[in-house]
Amino acid sequence: MVLLLQYTLTFASVLILVALGGCFSEHSGVINLGLEGVMIMGALGGALAMRYMPSGSSHFAMLMVVLLAAALMGLIYSSLLAVACINFKADQTIVGTALNMLGLAGATVIVKAINTAANPDDVSSTIQYAGAKKAFLVNIGSFEFSWFMLVTLILLIVSYVLLYKTRFGLRLMACGEHPQAANSVGISVYKMRWAGVLISGVLGGLGGIVFITAGVSEWRFEYGVAGFGFLSLAVMIFGQWKPTRIALAALLFGMFRALSNVYAGFEFLKAMNIPSPVYNMMPYIISLVVLAFTSKKSRAPKAEGIPYDKGQR
Amino acid sequence: MKKNLLKNNGVQSLLASLACVVLGLLIGYIVLLFINPHGAGEAIAAVMKNFLNYSKSATQAKYLGNTLVKTAPLLLCALSILFSYKVGLFNIGAAGQYCAGVALSLYAALAWGWGWLPCMLLAMLGGMVLGAISGLLKSYCNVNEVISGIMLNWIVLYLTNMLLTTVKEDTSPYTFVLAHKNPSAVLPTLGLGSLFNGNQYVGLALPLSILAAVLVWVVLEKTRFGYELRATGNNKNAAKYCGMAEKRNIILTLVISGALAGMGAAMLYLTGYEQWQCSTSSVPGMGFNGIAAAFLGGLNPFGTILASFFIQHITAGGAYVDKTMYCAQISDLISSIIIYLCGFVLFMKYAMNAAISRREEKAALKEKERSETPPADANTEKGGDQ
Repeated sequence: MVLLLQYTLTFASVLILVALGGCFSEHSGVINLGLEGVMIMGALGGALAMRYMPSGSSHFAMLMVVLLAAALMGLIYSSLLAVACINFKADQTIVGTALNMLGLAGATVIVKAINTAANPDDVSSTIQYAGAKKAFLVNIGSFEFSWFMLVTLILLIVSYVLLYKTRFGLRLMACGEHPQAANSVGISVYKMRWAGVLISGVLGGLGGIVFITAGVSEWRFEYGVAGFGFLSLAVMIFGQWKPTRIALAALLFGMFRALSNVYAGFEFLKAMNIPSPVYNMMPYIISLVVLAFTSKKSRAPKAEGIPYDKGQR
Repeated sequence: MKKNLLKNNGVQSLLASLACVVLGLLIGYIVLLFINPHGAGEAIAAVMKNFLNYSKSATQAKYLGNTLVKTAPLLLCALSILFSYKVGLFNIGAAGQYCAGVALSLYAALAWGWGWLPCMLLAMLGGMVLGAISGLLKSYCNVNEVISGIMLNWIVLYLTNMLLTTVKEDTSPYTFVLAHKNPSAVLPTLGLGSLFNGNQYVGLALPLSILAAVLVWVVLEKTRFGYELRATGNNKNAAKYCGMAEKRNIILTLVISGALAGMGAAMLYLTGYEQWQCSTSSVPGMGFNGIAAAFLGGLNPFGTILASFFIQHITAGGAYVDKTMYCAQISDLISSIIIYLCGFVLFMKYAMNAAISRREEKAALKEKERSETPPADANTEKGGDQ
């Protein structure tokens, strides 16, 4: 039971971070379908930081450097989306999809190159970080508390305040609802949209590093992040683009994902003898069902997905 | 007035696609340089040469055949993406529809001993059902087809592994060899294999997929049904206003898309060229590469034929890079860069048109200056305007 709680909170942290990322981007008017790729890149940045940090470094320094590396990678990578979709008015669906594929292929190529350079016989795309990972964990009884959970909670609160209580947040949301009107009162739509996409990159990158350190101590980058970027978008839609609701939705989805890791620990679930792939499918099935019921009265930002053209004002 | 060749939409698409390819290869080359500057030139040449890496012409023909065997399913996936994109839908679920095609065609062939035609039709049906789910969710529940497509991709992947585990070899994770278990399910070769040095995998799939490309073009461009679909894609509300059944059109589009992707799977797995690995942990890349081929082909069925061949050519070429320095995924990297660049095509066309119209304006102005002999007149007229 403790294990279920632990995994639920871990996966919920991932979903909250990435869904908040999607939320910022969409509130500014850009659909970030490339979150999956952003997560992979953030995970890569964090994993490389863990690999290259000297093993004697303090836990706090390790945590900070890893978080920073993941956030920075996500930020840089998402600027590819921003420049294409905001300045060049490219189709956001194509560019997002391209970024997902590019993230997967790019991370695999980079990790393989690093591994092969270190040892010519090593052609795997795996990075190991069993030692470095200890920096993030504190054991409270049998519950393995991860500092990432706290980071997520802080970022959740910050996001809420930023979106609803600051001038920046309200302006950002205006650009997603009616960019022409926002521009007419002197808000730079391009700048706001860039800000939205870059914030989504930071949060997506952080989500990536939390995802690959959940329960395992090595990651094969060929696997990508198993559709978590898209699950997060489903969480965001289910959460109606509102941070608090996103958090609740993420807990629900996180629990279903956690079940596939820990179902063997429950007597009654084991007795039902459901094959393990069914548990793997659960989060995706649930999200489809949930989306089917919640999308009809969706409160999506009105101008999302439409490139802003000054000439149309 | 002389018609400017550059103004032609087809020519512009071709130029833009070529620019994407050249830039994609160039960026790929730069990445290789970063990894290891010594073999980068050779590696990028190996990717581009693919089957030409072999010196004997007989071997070349055989490996060209292999590339073509995988071009057919890629073309069908690309057509699936193209067809829905023309109707304003992005069918990223093609990967899952393809996966369903694999599952159903192989299961029918191996477990029930069906012939190739019913197996292929079943694969198409599987894709259609998945497409219909996405379409229904889109038109009645307002669920974005990209998100439902991705969710279905993962669900279908796990189902495929579960289903095909029942028809796999005992000692390996691969499904039974089709030619041993059920030769009647192998696609007929029509003697095409002999053109490629007896490559037994080349056959019906190639002409069938090209026929599909022609059919897609005819349906979209030459029929009333296709016109309605494209109108729905351009403006859903306007189409509805004109009395077109926009909900039905969305569902039908995704059903047809699904059929194409499912057929693509049958075209590969029923040749026996590949067996399904029952521990596959990610959705097959064919559907995603189809996105690259469709956009690189300028969203034209005939352009897509060429683009599919090119994408498959460099994907297969990735196997020939020097493995002590680089990995085969470098070709995935190049094709994803190409898709990213395809996002800029609209801008490229816009820039081309802007440049042309600027030049024409200048030419027209000069013409005007020459024809208007009394310059004083022009001045007064200008003054009057202000």
